Amino acid sequence: MAQSSTLGDKVYRTILFVAASSILLIVAAIFYMMVQSSMPTLQRFGIGFLWAREWNPSQELFGALPFIYGTVVSSLLALLIAVPISLGIAVFLVEQAPKKIARPIAFMIELLAAIPSVVYGLWGIFVLAPFIREYLGPVLQDNLGFLPIFQGRLTGIGMLTGGIILAIMITPIVTAVVRDVLEAVPNTQREAALALGATKWETTMIVLGNAASGIAGAVVLGLGRAVGETMAVTMVIGNSPQISASLFEPAYTIASVLAANFADATDEIYLSALIEMALVLFLVTVVINGLAKLLIMSVAGRANASKHT
Amino acid sequence: MNINRKFFNQIAFIALALFAAVSLACSGQQMGGGGNTSSSGTIKISGTGSTFVKPMMDKWGSEFGKLNPNIQIDYSGTGSGAGIKGIQNRTVDFGGSDAAMTDDEMKQTTGGEIVHLPVVLGAVVLTYNLPDVKEPLKLTPELISDIFLGKIRKWNDPKLKAENPNLNLPDNDITPVFRADGSGTSDIFTDYLSKTVPEWKEKVGRTKNPQLPPGIGIGGKGNEGVMGQVKNTPNTIGYVELTFAKANNLPAAQIKNKAGNFVTADSSTVSKAAAAFADTMADDLRFEITNADGADAYPISGTVFMLVYKDQPDPVKGKALVDFLWWAINDGEQYVVDLHYAPLPESLVTKVDAKLMSITSGGKPLRQ
Repeated sequence: MAQSSTLGDKVYRTILFVAASSILLIVAAIFYMMVQSSMPTLQRFGIGFLWAREWNPSQELFGALPFIYGTVVSSLLALLIAVPISLGIAVFLVEQAPKKIARPIAFMIELLAAIPSVVYGLWGIFVLAPFIREYLGPVLQDNLGFLPIFQGRLTGIGMLTGGIILAIMITPIVTAVVRDVLEAVPNTQREAALALGATKWETTMIVLGNAASGIAGAVVLGLGRAVGETMAVTMVIGNSPQISASLFEPAYTIASVLAANFADATDEIYLSALIEMALVLFLVTVVINGLAKLLIMSVAGRANASKHT
Repeated sequence: MNINRKFFNQIAFIALALFAAVSLACSGQQMGGGGNTSSSGTIKISGTGSTFVKPMMDKWGSEFGKLNPNIQIDYSGTGSGAGIKGIQNRTVDFGGSDAAMTDDEMKQTTGGEIVHLPVVLGAVVLTYNLPDVKEPLKLTPELISDIFLGKIRKWNDPKLKAENPNLNLPDNDITPVFRADGSGTSDIFTDYLSKTVPEWKEKVGRTKNPQLPPGIGIGGKGNEGVMGQVKNTPNTIGYVELTFAKANNLPAAQIKNKAGNFVTADSSTVSKAAAAFADTMADDLRFEITNADGADAYPISGTVFMLVYKDQPDPVKGKALVDFLWWAINDGEQYVVDLHYAPLPESLVTKVDAKLMSITSGGKPLRQ
């Protein structure tokens, strides 16, 4: 049987090899293009580009730090809000809810994932920003106003609004992946735990522990979407390149500054600075993915170790 | 076996679809770049640039198309910078820009000399969200500069009250809204303030990408982005083109002009600003009309230029383009005021007509 299809196997293997290597090629080509096109600013500002704080294209001052700050903080904020909620939804769907309820909720979550980001942005401007300005912001300032993160002028447009929009946008994908991961945990584990007298809560904890690496993967996927999201964030984050402790103040993300200015950048040095920002975004993504991989490995390692003791 | 066939069918379908997409994309490029015009009978002229003039171009394109069914004008609003880039690299037949090209930009063209053709005028207005203020706000250039530089931070600041004694200005923080993307609107706005306020000139200057001191304001993308922020956030003030404020029923401040009068932006006050410059205008028509003389001239006015190569690569398309622009400036003027733009003053129309006459293809003039 195996002998008769050697030619087919060879073709098959070649096709797979080409498919796999095309990814490498694409990544290499993108990386090469970005380095090549950002040479003018790479040579002029060197590594200092990463921590310079001034951004003023008309005076040819280009510093990436406010944008890196905005990207990282808004994405982390989104994770902080989205991950607990997503975990809650997924656990409810898999462990608690009867099929009758689980189906429609799962459907709604998939629906959320299909909404284009510009719609989230509009919703952010018309609904979320006024809500934060009129209700959430004043409540936070009255009760937690001594914290620097809740001080300052309340416009409804800023880092917090951006973070919340991102959180809503990544919740569906994190939920969907976590749900799949939880469903993949064999039922025998739950039955064994219950048989040993564990409560529902304890059983769920065991299931979550065994699914830890998959959950971490879901979080990374969500983070990836948050870091790269452009349109919705541009519409609500305020687009002002500054580093402010307050979450109510406007900020700016790398993806937003690229989207807002790429088409209009006429001079070479400005274009080069924008492409270098894209390169920075690329590297930020690589670093985040790397860290996540390490996290997954350590969590999975611990889970394995606990199994053996 | 069955599954295999299905699988290959799918692959074949995807390959076909890809091929179709690629060939479509290629032919699309050809249409934009030039050449290939006679085969189908319709002449397609493509332009890109200034978003401000987009509604006007759409109107002109469709009216002109009714008169000349064989000519199709496609204009996409991508931003003035993109319009300049587009004509430099000849990805389009003409570019649209709210700001004249700089000498440096003129040097970086791939098709020789570029002619600037002003087609319509517009105003940049200061629009604001103050629910309790019914009468128009009055602003001087110094007040605008102080607000956008963060020196005046409250709506009831004594300096603002001095010019607006009758208005019920609230005790709230001012939030200025600026353009986050490079834009001709910003260029007109900053050009005006640089001419009138030394401090602005020193700290920000004339630029398509103004940067306010950190923490002062919020940025919106495009006229509609600024509009959206102002419309939905109380106590904001932002600068947009007049058409956008009109379309959204937002107020526009009266601005103190060079003659010392507070002027409302409309078609006639903007045309008067251009008329004030008609005699002193540079021969290449690269001009700006901010801070104009004249008792009723609106000071933050601007021009939209069409950017066209003086020597057109294709005589058929070149002729169609010149005819279209000639029609727009001379006959298309009737549609200008309805869309809240301002028509060119007579003296300027004559100059633009002369420019259109000078456009050639292969050395031969396209219009006699």
